[in-house]
Amino acid sequence: MKRLATIWLDGCSGCHMSLLDTDEKIVDIAKQVDVVFSPYVDTKEFPENVDIALVEGSVSSEEDLEKIKKIRKNTKMLISFGDCAITGNISAMRNLYGAEATVRRCYVEYDNATPPTEEIPALLERVLPIHEVVDVDFHIQGCPPPADAIAYALTELIADRIPNLDEITRFGK
Amino acid sequence: MIKRARVKTLKINRIDVSGKSGQTILQVARDAGIYIPTLCELDGLTDVGACRMCLVEVVGQRKLISACTFKIKEGMEVFTDSEKLQKYRKQILSMMFAERNHTCSVCVSNGHCELQAMAKKVGMNYVEFPYVFPHFDLDATHRRFISDPNRCILCTRCVRVCDEIEGAHTWDRMGRGIETTVITDFAEKWGDSETCTSCGKCVQVCPTGALSEKGVSVAEMAKQKEFLPYLKSNRDKK
Repeated sequence: MKRLATIWLDGCSGCHMSLLDTDEKIVDIAKQVDVVFSPYVDTKEFPENVDIALVEGSVSSEEDLEKIKKIRKNTKMLISFGDCAITGNISAMRNLYGAEATVRRCYVEYDNATPPTEEIPALLERVLPIHEVVDVDFHIQGCPPPADAIAYALTELIADRIPNLDEITRFGK
Repeated sequence: MIKRARVKTLKINRIDVSGKSGQTILQVARDAGIYIPTLCELDGLTDVGACRMCLVEVVGQRKLISACTFKIKEGMEVFTDSEKLQKYRKQILSMMFAERNHTCSVCVSNGHCELQAMAKKVGMNYVEFPYVFPHFDLDATHRRFISDPNRCILCTRCVRVCDEIEGAHTWDRMGRGIETTVITDFAEKWGDSETCTSCGKCVQVCPTGALSEKGVSVAEMAKQKEFLPYLKSNRDKK
């Protein structure tokens, strides 16, 4: 049985919502995989020997950077899941201003608060799509990818086939 | 006096085709039902070869050439879809995406965008070059339209339609290479332009969300390009 992991880095969790939106198809998928890590399960550490990892969101903080390297090391097939993972998308819009300006805007200008230096991971100067940090094996486009595209892609990937998503999703779908 | 068209024969993808002297490779390929991807080309405007999507291989030519500007020659052999071309087209398109901030999901033209559609057509599933993330401010000074350089691919359709069809020449290019931008008048605010007639032709021919109408939200900006071949054919009759 394939070991499936899903995780979000700098994303809005919308891609994971869309994964749940696969409705009854998720039951078929669940029968074929062992979900070893996910926001939907209680494991805290990303495990070893993962066959397929769906990674939502872009690489935006020191923590994301550590996570994605570990995911790559422990995963056979790393999937960039959704537009933030593939292009930076909304998460990367702060790149037009830089990390410091973003923090200042959120904490100081909006709330007159002091930006935290502990407990919250430091932002990278630039938000990066996953493939600019580690090798990516497959891309599922969309913001979020439509549920049908996710169900089809997973079904094919579980069966060791490379799905063709040309007709069912695209950037911004 | 009757003008005689001289016919030239050539091969495209090993298929024998013929065209009139003076036609481009792109025109002849289209007549023969052979698809060559294009972005800057638009029926009714002068072809300039700006986007490089229509690059083809011509036997005997060392460089790749743009099918929209290269005239056919007797006996020439053209290849439009080799592995090399497929690879280059993905790279060229990747550069367009990497050079600006095309955030499709929040674009007014999402779902109606020629750039977005082209990514599907050439199978570009991710951008293989590092994103530049340049910072461009949008210009919303015009009463009816918005210019967002973050989404511009420098196809120059706006420049050409404004000059060739409307006759105003409000738009032009400024700078070189990756620094190039399209400008109104002498790089002044669009709303301050004394030459702009507010006809909106530039907005309608823009392939992306770079030029849009005010008051539209995400995915609402569908462009109407039908006016252009209509205007052109009526003018050609005179």
